Amino acid sequence: MIWNPNKECMSRDEMRALQSKRLQKLVTYVYHNVPFYRNKMQEMDIAPEDIVSIDDIVKLPFTTKQDLRDNYPYGLQAAPASEIVRVHASSGTTGNPTIVGYTRKDLAVWSEVMTRCLTAYGVTRDDTFSVSYGYGLFTGGLGAHYGVENLGATVVPTSTGNTEKHIRLIRDLKITGIACTPSYALYLAETLEKMGLTKEDIGLRIGAFGAEPWTENMRKEIEERLGLKGYNIYGLSEIMGPGVSYECSEQNGSHICEDHFYPEIINPETLEQLPYGEQGELVFTTLTKEGMPLLRYRTKDLCTLMEGECACGRTSVRMGRIVGRSDDMLIIRGINVFPSQVESVILEMPEFEPQYMLIVERENNLDKLQVQVEVRRDFFSDDIGRMLNMKKRLADRLKSVLSIGVDVRLMEPNGIERSQGKGKHVIDKRILK
Amino acid sequence: MTIKQLSVFLENKTGRINDVTRILGKHGINMHAFSMAETTDFGILRLIVSEVEKAVEILRDANFAVMLTDVICIKCSNTAGALSTILEQLSQKEIFIEYMYAFADGEQANVVIRPNDIDRCVKTLQECHCDVRQGF
Repeated sequence: MIWNPNKECMSRDEMRALQSKRLQKLVTYVYHNVPFYRNKMQEMDIAPEDIVSIDDIVKLPFTTKQDLRDNYPYGLQAAPASEIVRVHASSGTTGNPTIVGYTRKDLAVWSEVMTRCLTAYGVTRDDTFSVSYGYGLFTGGLGAHYGVENLGATVVPTSTGNTEKHIRLIRDLKITGIACTPSYALYLAETLEKMGLTKEDIGLRIGAFGAEPWTENMRKEIEERLGLKGYNIYGLSEIMGPGVSYECSEQNGSHICEDHFYPEIINPETLEQLPYGEQGELVFTTLTKEGMPLLRYRTKDLCTLMEGECACGRTSVRMGRIVGRSDDMLIIRGINVFPSQVESVILEMPEFEPQYMLIVERENNLDKLQVQVEVRRDFFSDDIGRMLNMKKRLADRLKSVLSIGVDVRLMEPNGIERSQGKGKHVIDKRILK
Repeated sequence: MTIKQLSVFLENKTGRINDVTRILGKHGINMHAFSMAETTDFGILRLIVSEVEKAVEILRDANFAVMLTDVICIKCSNTAGALSTILEQLSQKEIFIEYMYAFADGEQANVVIRPNDIDRCVKTLQECHCDVRQGF
């Protein structure tokens, strides 16, 4: 099923014409409303009039996560405060989170693209749909929520936590669809089995999984254990939230809503645009956004773009699976974690050496983060209670900064291997095949 | 009245205790007594050794986190009820023992204790004429 065939199945020429028109309008809008972009364009000697076709996008400056942080909180906002109706924030490194303001029209576009995703997965007005992404500053919960409502299905805003209660609701309310992280889906399957229930006892048929990297093997396992069909959903709060791209029944890449989010693949070293089919860093330009429009935002996600009409009838460009990151960000249980966040916490505490190592593992389908730190000799104590207290203080501090629980491991001085040159701070043991 | 105990911080890792004993052995330092306190990820090895200052130096050189702690080594006879008589005195004075370990050698037993208040503990032991070791 296709929600908006006019846009999703547009001919390539029409799409290019629409994108060109929207890009021109966007560039003029940010030039006059965002000093950051005006200054950048003036430095590069580009005027809004120089942008006539979508191909001119390569003349425009890039935007990075650092730019968003440097302009915290509202520096990149283009719409006046009176037009902003909602704010979300994404987890960032210590210090400033990324603040994204949405106008009423932005929220309408978001609901529209989310509805396209859900329709592609086969969700209809007759479905009852559980949104199990976190509700709050994170875009996952509310983003998926309004998409389900816009479609006309019944939304059950379960959010995260209390998995047994959640399973009872899935059974008793005859919930047919769920949006959550793939690792939570596996946890749900495990809890179901622990409760002595099987997939026959519940009627889930569709899963929208995203917000963290996952694999075909995980898809097979989730589908087998929950008795549903799992679809990928992709999004990022800087651009909009969930709904930027989605899989169709063909499951050959995720269709990008490119009438709203224009995708490019670049070489992360040279910043040159790469042709379709080549792997590189994914870059988005928000063609229609009003609140915080972004030019050529570097996602740091590595993937390829695919052209050509899909057997489902959609003509939009598809993105392949995310194969990695061009920075050191880790995604743990859907939360973005930067090693530098851990580093700054450790540097604040005199008890520890500046050496540290993050070990990420997937145990019982849940990601676990272990932080190894070296105790400084002067702070070693013969008193076990004091040592355990030191460990707990670090764990508490890390939890408040990272928003996820961390297993701290105290190491001997020199217990962590020193590397030559660029420090290696992460061992990711999760197997993603 | 007190003696110096050597404490060494150790990760829970196979062969780590032996790394300490090997270094001490190589430098001719004898271990009179020791005990190991462990948690899920680290442990504290507590030792009474023959040349404590030298032991600190060589272990520090080998990158270990070490420290010295004052403890009391009580001498008592290796017979039923002997330790209880002494501990009775300490508990009457409300002296709390954080940890202790012991070793017996023929007729005589040695009990290493770490009380919460070392000065009061020493005084109490003197008052009841309890024998303590000044060294090894």
